[in-house]
Amino acid sequence: MITVKDLTVGWSGNPVLEHASFEVEGGEIFAILGRSGSGKSTLFRFLVGLEEPLAGSIELRGVGAPRLVGGKPTFGVMFQGGALFGDMTVGENVALPLEIWTQLPRQAVLAIARGKLRLVGLEAAKDKLPSDLSGGMLKRAAIARAMALEPSLLFLDEPSSGLDPVTSAELDALMVTLCRSLGVTVVVVTHDLGSILGIVDRAIVLDRAEKRIVATGSPAELQKSQDRRVHAFFSRTVEPSGKS
Amino acid sequence: MGDAVPFWRAVLDAAKDQRGGKLDIDLSGAKVVDGAIMSLLVELRAELARRGVSSKLVGASHEVEPIVQLYEKTEDKAADGSAKSTPRVGLVERVGRGTGAVADAARRLVVFTGELAFSVFGVFRKPRRTDLGRIPLLVAQAGTDGLPIVLLLNFLVGVVMAYQSSNALRLYGANVYVSDLVGISVTRELCPLMTAIIMSGRSGAAFAAELGTMTVQEELDALRTIGLSPQRWLVVPRVAALVLVAPVLTLLGDVMAVSGGGAVAALSLSIGPRAYLSELRGSVLPSDVWTGLVKSAVFGAAIAFIGCQQGFATTGGASGVGRRTTAAVVTSLFTIVFIDTGMTVFFRVFGK
Repeated sequence: MITVKDLTVGWSGNPVLEHASFEVEGGEIFAILGRSGSGKSTLFRFLVGLEEPLAGSIELRGVGAPRLVGGKPTFGVMFQGGALFGDMTVGENVALPLEIWTQLPRQAVLAIARGKLRLVGLEAAKDKLPSDLSGGMLKRAAIARAMALEPSLLFLDEPSSGLDPVTSAELDALMVTLCRSLGVTVVVVTHDLGSILGIVDRAIVLDRAEKRIVATGSPAELQKSQDRRVHAFFSRTVEPSGKS
Repeated sequence: MGDAVPFWRAVLDAAKDQRGGKLDIDLSGAKVVDGAIMSLLVELRAELARRGVSSKLVGASHEVEPIVQLYEKTEDKAADGSAKSTPRVGLVERVGRGTGAVADAARRLVVFTGELAFSVFGVFRKPRRTDLGRIPLLVAQAGTDGLPIVLLLNFLVGVVMAYQSSNALRLYGANVYVSDLVGISVTRELCPLMTAIIMSGRSGAAFAAELGTMTVQEELDALRTIGLSPQRWLVVPRVAALVLVAPVLTLLGDVMAVSGGGAVAALSLSIGPRAYLSELRGSVLPSDVWTGLVKSAVFGAAIAFIGCQQGFATTGGASGVGRRTTAAVVTSLFTIVFIDTGMTVFFRVFGK
């Protein structure tokens, strides 16, 4: 589904991640893990096409880097804060991609939008403004909007940030539903191990000091890793050098 | 913490002549030590270390020992921090960074202008990808909401113009020409400028704040991932709204300004309304009015462009939004006067 080869990302003269190579298989939940400042969100922006890499390549479905604007989106994106448009209701936010990219009549658009909101448990909030929603509701509404055009690939940036454990677990369950029941490939950027390890199929771990991927594998493989940085990350301890 | 000041003076005094050797700092007399005192002690030990003095905290009681141990763990970081203090940036480097920042801002402006021009053409090909439905709301916000202040201020402009000229006109018995002076100056210059200044403060600032907030909250990125161009979706409707609204407000402002002048003419110069209007009709040409309206439309486009561009360039959260909003107003005002100068010369040269 996604092939990343020798990718260097960052801003001119200041790469945050170098020589990164990994693949995401179709139908899996894939996590990009790492401490704060390790380049997870930067990598996320490059994966979804918001920035150009300094070197290397990204391919989506074997056809080259994602191209935004001008073409129908081939994947959905949920940003960390939800990024719902504040002057539209929740329902209008979800309906917008359908209105832009389909020829469906308005009634059909609204029906599909309601269906998406029902999927995330927010049908009752369709007439509310984003400012009226809680953090968890914002993220679920953002996922509904990201799913509006039935993408087979979904990117989520820190979905559990700012959420209580119960709401975070609800969001995790939603991700599992999207993946297992709808066959959506889910790529999640997170540092919340407690939330993600129970649902993810494979992950990569980024290291901010070395600016590269230091481990790849399933959660079980990563937790058994002998690499001191990976071990410190998964065991939530200060590294032996005394750095934290 | 209330004892920190005398404490700090006392320890500095005791340590000021220390150079090399060892120094023990005896805490046995301290029953309670708080974080402020410990922080000062850590700083003192770091300063002593720089002078080559090896120091220790000794004699801490059972109650004080935990906080002493806690702060001793931070001493390595305090020493590192002082050793790695930020070097001063030289003048040449500052000039270089400033030049780079200006070049970067110019590059972003050129990119923004190009993308907007591309978007304007794109509206006619694929209008659904522009939020054209937003234009009536923007017109209402910029137009009807701003109308009272535009009318009032332009009325006062007419009053001021007539008053300032009344003495000179009366001296030469040229009272009746107050309508020429007020009519031509407000239609060609003052009403377009005054209306633009008001719009800059209201609409320009509002656009910068709104789009700046959208930028920091990643809503512009969200638009891109939905396949929409932020320029086409957000900027084009705002430019269109102000281009439509500005001439209308200016025209209404013209009416109020000449009314203000007429009021002064009647009260101060003994020029009745009929004589005032008759002279006005003879002196103010249609070209004077539409010159002002064309200027207004250009001002409106510039204000919207600058407000949106500043919003798109916002970084740094809420304080960044504030900075860009201020910059939008200041830049708009400067640009309006600059454009007005150019257009005035242009119209005069080409005989309008």
